[in-house]
Amino acid sequence: MTDSISTPQQDETGHSYLVVRDLTKNFGDFTALKDISLEVIEGEFLCFLGPSGCGKTTLLRAIAGLDIQSFGEIHQGGREISTLPPAERDFGIVFQSYALFPNLSVKKNVAYGLENRGMNRAAIDKRVTELLETVGMPEQGSKYPAQLSGGQQQRVALARALAPSPGLLLLDEPLSALDAKVRVRLRHQIKDLQNQLGITTIMVTHDQEEALTMADRIVVMNHGVIEQIGTPEEIYRDPASAFVADFIGQMNFAPGTIAEHGGVRLGDIELACEINGFAPGAEVTLAVRPEDIRFDPSSTEGGNVFKVRVAEIEFLGSFFRATLESPGLGSIRLIADLPINTARRLDIREGYEIAATIPPEFIRLYEGEGRSG
Amino acid sequence: MADLAEAKAVGVTAGPRGRAVKQKTGRDDWLMRGFMLVIGLYLLIALAFPLFAMLSKSFEAYEFRLQHVEIELWQDGAWSPAETLQDYAARMEGPLNDGLVPSERTRIQALELIPKELREATPRYRFRDLSPEKEMILYDGVLSQDESWLEAEAENLRRVLIRPVAHFSAGNYLRYFSTPTLRQSITNSLFISTLTMLIVVPLAFFFAYALTRSRMPFKGVFKTVAMMPILVPSILPGIALIYLFGKQGIINWVLFGADIYGPIGIVIAASFFTFPHAFIIVLVALSISDARLYEASTVLRASRWRTFWTVTIPGARYGLISAAFVVFTLTITDFGSVKVIGGQYNVLALDIYKQVVGQQNFQMGAVVSMVLLIPAVIAFAVDRQAQKRQVALLSARAVPFSPKRHRRFDFAMLGYCSLIAVFIAGILAICQYAAFVKLWPYNHTMVLENYDFNRMDGGGWSSYGNSIVMSLATAVIGTLIVFTGAYMVEKGRGFQHGRSAFQLLAMMPMAIPGMVLGLAYVFFFNNPDNPVNFIYGTMIILVVSTVTHFYTVAHLTAVTALKQMDNEFEAVSASLKQPFYRMFSKVTVPVCLPAILDISIYLFVNAMTTVSAVVFLYSSDTQLASIAALNMEDAGDTAPAAAMCMMIFYVNVFVRLLHAGATRGIYTTTQAWRTR
Repeated sequence: MTDSISTPQQDETGHSYLVVRDLTKNFGDFTALKDISLEVIEGEFLCFLGPSGCGKTTLLRAIAGLDIQSFGEIHQGGREISTLPPAERDFGIVFQSYALFPNLSVKKNVAYGLENRGMNRAAIDKRVTELLETVGMPEQGSKYPAQLSGGQQQRVALARALAPSPGLLLLDEPLSALDAKVRVRLRHQIKDLQNQLGITTIMVTHDQEEALTMADRIVVMNHGVIEQIGTPEEIYRDPASAFVADFIGQMNFAPGTIAEHGGVRLGDIELACEINGFAPGAEVTLAVRPEDIRFDPSSTEGGNVFKVRVAEIEFLGSFFRATLESPGLGSIRLIADLPINTARRLDIREGYEIAATIPPEFIRLYEGEGRSG
Repeated sequence: MADLAEAKAVGVTAGPRGRAVKQKTGRDDWLMRGFMLVIGLYLLIALAFPLFAMLSKSFEAYEFRLQHVEIELWQDGAWSPAETLQDYAARMEGPLNDGLVPSERTRIQALELIPKELREATPRYRFRDLSPEKEMILYDGVLSQDESWLEAEAENLRRVLIRPVAHFSAGNYLRYFSTPTLRQSITNSLFISTLTMLIVVPLAFFFAYALTRSRMPFKGVFKTVAMMPILVPSILPGIALIYLFGKQGIINWVLFGADIYGPIGIVIAASFFTFPHAFIIVLVALSISDARLYEASTVLRASRWRTFWTVTIPGARYGLISAAFVVFTLTITDFGSVKVIGGQYNVLALDIYKQVVGQQNFQMGAVVSMVLLIPAVIAFAVDRQAQKRQVALLSARAVPFSPKRHRRFDFAMLGYCSLIAVFIAGILAICQYAAFVKLWPYNHTMVLENYDFNRMDGGGWSSYGNSIVMSLATAVIGTLIVFTGAYMVEKGRGFQHGRSAFQLLAMMPMAIPGMVLGLAYVFFFNNPDNPVNFIYGTMIILVVSTVTHFYTVAHLTAVTALKQMDNEFEAVSASLKQPFYRMFSKVTVPVCLPAILDISIYLFVNAMTTVSAVVFLYSSDTQLASIAALNMEDAGDTAPAAAMCMMIFYVNVFVRLLHAGATRGIYTTTQAWRTR
């Protein structure tokens, strides 16, 4: 990063459309956001992901100017907007509650932001029809919000936000109030629409699945700081912190110590892995995803292979989840996910003993004492 | 560095990380703050300043500082050595001014201080004012301005008057608390208010209980009848009680010789006009209880009795507390019924009236007002707490309770409710009947002569017209102010301190008794130095006082309606670059229209019936119907007073019906969106 702010920054992917720099938000003594800096690339779909209270909504509302930050700057399209009231910024917003005007018909809701702008009636009507078609509701224009389903209402809210063609679309937990099935369907519709319009979009969500399926990049937040920014795959494959590892997907955590000659010691078992500059003897937390634990009856001791006993096994539809114990691991239990075919082939049951392998590239180490996974 | 200019605009303060960010105030924000400022200013002028004026009035005492007036007598061709009037007063035999406590308007004649023998020997006098304040000597209608001598011939000596000097002291309070007759009113007020509370709350509770927990018939009728006392002035039950139990009452034998004038009458009258207020609060409290608790209780085989004490009462406890304090406050602050039926029984609200209207002792009136404020404010605070808790009990998941048929219970409840309804309707009916009768109780010929208000004291029919004009103005202007103010408080962005201060101001009127507000207005607006003094004695001050007097309930109604609107509407509207007033007129007002109508009818009905705040403020051109009734009753024209009260009742009923029709119309036409 350079110190210059006014020139939009260039990288291999494209222009930075929105730049947030050193943003801090205090509510009295409580710090909701600490020194947040990030850039949103033009046309990308970015997700703020994190548990409730992590500051993701606060960050979105600061970008919108609804609750202004205590310190820091925001630039949109090369223009400093840090102190502008919402009405002087350029964004459309969709809330979890839809916030549709109940006494206005669908058409009038969508037309609301088009009026008072010097557009004539016919042009407004044309734009409204076009938008309702885009969101797949061409026939519903004269209905009132209360006559629509939740999913339909959210699509109207989307059309309304998009109507004045804003430069930035902000989505605040837009799917959280919907039924599971509607949610999945709408995910695709929103994503397709965003692709088609190419509008820079920021969505706030606490649902990792939503973030993983929709976002081009994800910003994982916790306690008012950014834990990691990356593509869904990067975040899943290479979580930057124990928090991210825990929050995204399933993860085994176990306390370990760095061994003398590299690798990590877990109970009595020593596993080879990348030690990321940890000094020998350092206390670390080892993390491994359940699907990365392999079973191979043919292999024996050595090469990250160790004997385990299947303490419990759970059928979860498309796969089995096994809880593993090992005398070498002491009280540590590991969870492993097995594809249904593997489980059948190996005929794994409770009480069964087998050799397990954790390939070194799937082991990640984090600082500090172990945490329960 | 382009940042420098921006940094100035933004307002730099040192922070942990560079400069603290302050949002630029947008056009909408300025507009909203402007509106809020205007309405806040209204509340300051119409509420805070008058109350302050009254507070300082209560500490205002007057005394004669005769040591500051020097006098010389022309004797034997020369002026005698100067003495002060104090020296003369010291030589006097009786006490100064017959021992009366001086007030603002007390004057003493210099003549009184000079012994007769001396006067006979003195052809000429001269006086001078040595006081630091000046204006102590009033000679021939002119106030002394400096220390020059004022000469008076002997025959003009009586024109030399001495004015008392105002100073701040707790003297009025000391005098109040050392006067047994005044002190007695405190006990009396507390007694009748507590007694009324103990009577009305159980009565209202079982009435509401019957409506929510039984399947008796005619629930709609009972509910309507129970609400009727709201539509009449509080003097009406007093008048009805006179016709029933007074010296010529038709059933006064019921009292076995006891006197209806006094605590008995006050409590019965207060029970009548406080009943609907208690009833509606308890009804709401009982309506929100969760059916599942009753099911659980049944499954656990609890008896009806046990269920009542373990489910019903705890569920409604905050409603009961709130109802109790509302009844208490209404009773202790009411003045109309006590005036009519109180007899020799003094209470605080009546003392204010007597001090001000009877004795012209404004300072003492202010003291009594301050004393009356204390229980009213305490009751208000307790009530607010209870209301908040009651709201917290509301759970969105509660399943509404629907009572099962239970013959004996339903029948008993029907009987009970009928008794209450007969009492309420009976009070109204007796008033109407008495208004038509030629001469109660001797000649029951039906006549209309009691409606010939123009022949009575109190303003005649024009007062009725005035009342309607005043009530309409109050409803329209009040609703406009209240709703806009509530919107700014509820939906404004930023400006947190301003909004909290406004909210506090809006809650205050509830704790201020009408008499106190009215008297405070006299002090504040009747001051010739006040730039808005011109509204004194006009319709404007009546409207302003009434809007302010009933501000809080109207404000709360508006806030409740606004709270039900999505908080993000304003954010969406701003993101769509639409000014807030467009949002306000196209969405907020239409959606809140039923609440807006409720506010206006509330203001109208109360403006029609109110007596307390306006009794100090009306002038001969702005007589009001409720005041006319009060004055006619005072003058012995009880039947015309009853007739006027019933006229107020009818206009309120008419407006209520209009309101019901309008509300229905709104729901079917403009609120079509409410139906799925």
